[in-house]
Amino acid sequence: MTRTARTLLVLFVLLWAPPLQAQDPAKPAQAAAQDGFVPVDSPINPEDAMPAPRLVAIAYGFIWVVLFGYLWSVRSRLARVEREMAVVTRRIGAGGK
Amino acid sequence: MLTMNKLFAPIAIVAAGMFAYAPFMILNAPYESTMGLVQKIFYFHAACGMALFLAAFVSGIGSAIYLFARKPWADRLAVAGAELTVIVGLIVLVTGPLWARKAWGVWWQWDARLTSTLVMWLIFNAYLLLRRYGGPGSDKLAAAVALFGMANVPFVYWSVNVWRTLHPKTSVIPSLGPGMRGPFWFCVVGFLLVSTLLLAVRVELEKRRQELDELYLAAEE
Repeated sequence: MTRTARTLLVLFVLLWAPPLQAQDPAKPAQAAAQDGFVPVDSPINPEDAMPAPRLVAIAYGFIWVVLFGYLWSVRSRLARVEREMAVVTRRIGAGGK
Repeated sequence: MLTMNKLFAPIAIVAAGMFAYAPFMILNAPYESTMGLVQKIFYFHAACGMALFLAAFVSGIGSAIYLFARKPWADRLAVAGAELTVIVGLIVLVTGPLWARKAWGVWWQWDARLTSTLVMWLIFNAYLLLRRYGGPGSDKLAAAVALFGMANVPFVYWSVNVWRTLHPKTSVIPSLGPGMRGPFWFCVVGFLLVSTLLLAVRVELEKRRQELDELYLAAEE
């Protein structure tokens, strides 16, 4: 298979994958609220709440990991630039003498 | 920037405290009648969505100032805003499907809100790729890309009201009940504070990088 044919095949798959993957929504017990949220004191039924804690935990865990990961990434990039600046400043100072 | 340096530590302490306390507020908030527990993702998901819009505006406005007035500080702001858009956009695009899986029965729908958010996120990814690999002069081209990214924000926001979609409409937030309103706005303020801090740190990084480039030029002379 030529490179062009391979590229076209990959493009074709990428373009058609989302529509082919599109699923009919598995009907939830009730339609999810769109216009306004109605507060209640407990989950609608225990079965309904079963898989939800895992999804909620993943969501919150992901948010914390991404935000702290990003902060750590910026801090480490900043430290690297500071170190490089110190090296270049020393080099300029040594060259000037 | 001097004011930001002075304010950084107090804002960081307040933001960290809010972030630590937010889960307790969310835990005590009432359940939603049709979605149950999974609706609690909303408190961080929507707050993150607001931070996403803010970051996109910062990048777009910074890019406009850089394009038309050639101010280096505006370019630094644009880069920081674009990177933050990609980070918070990633959170929105991951937490949304986690909520949708339980509420709608599917991870993803190619509807107007989800698709336009993905497109906006991809535009800011393109901005960062251009800045990283575009070579000399790519800063101006990237600035134009950020303007298009910012222009997407109103479409993303109003898409739920204009087109048929499974996503909750914008009317949800003003109509929140008292038990939900407090935790939600608490999370919004917390997220906006964290976004401001991340933006400030990222702008500082860009400033130091520009100083380093100038030092290299001085070393070569």
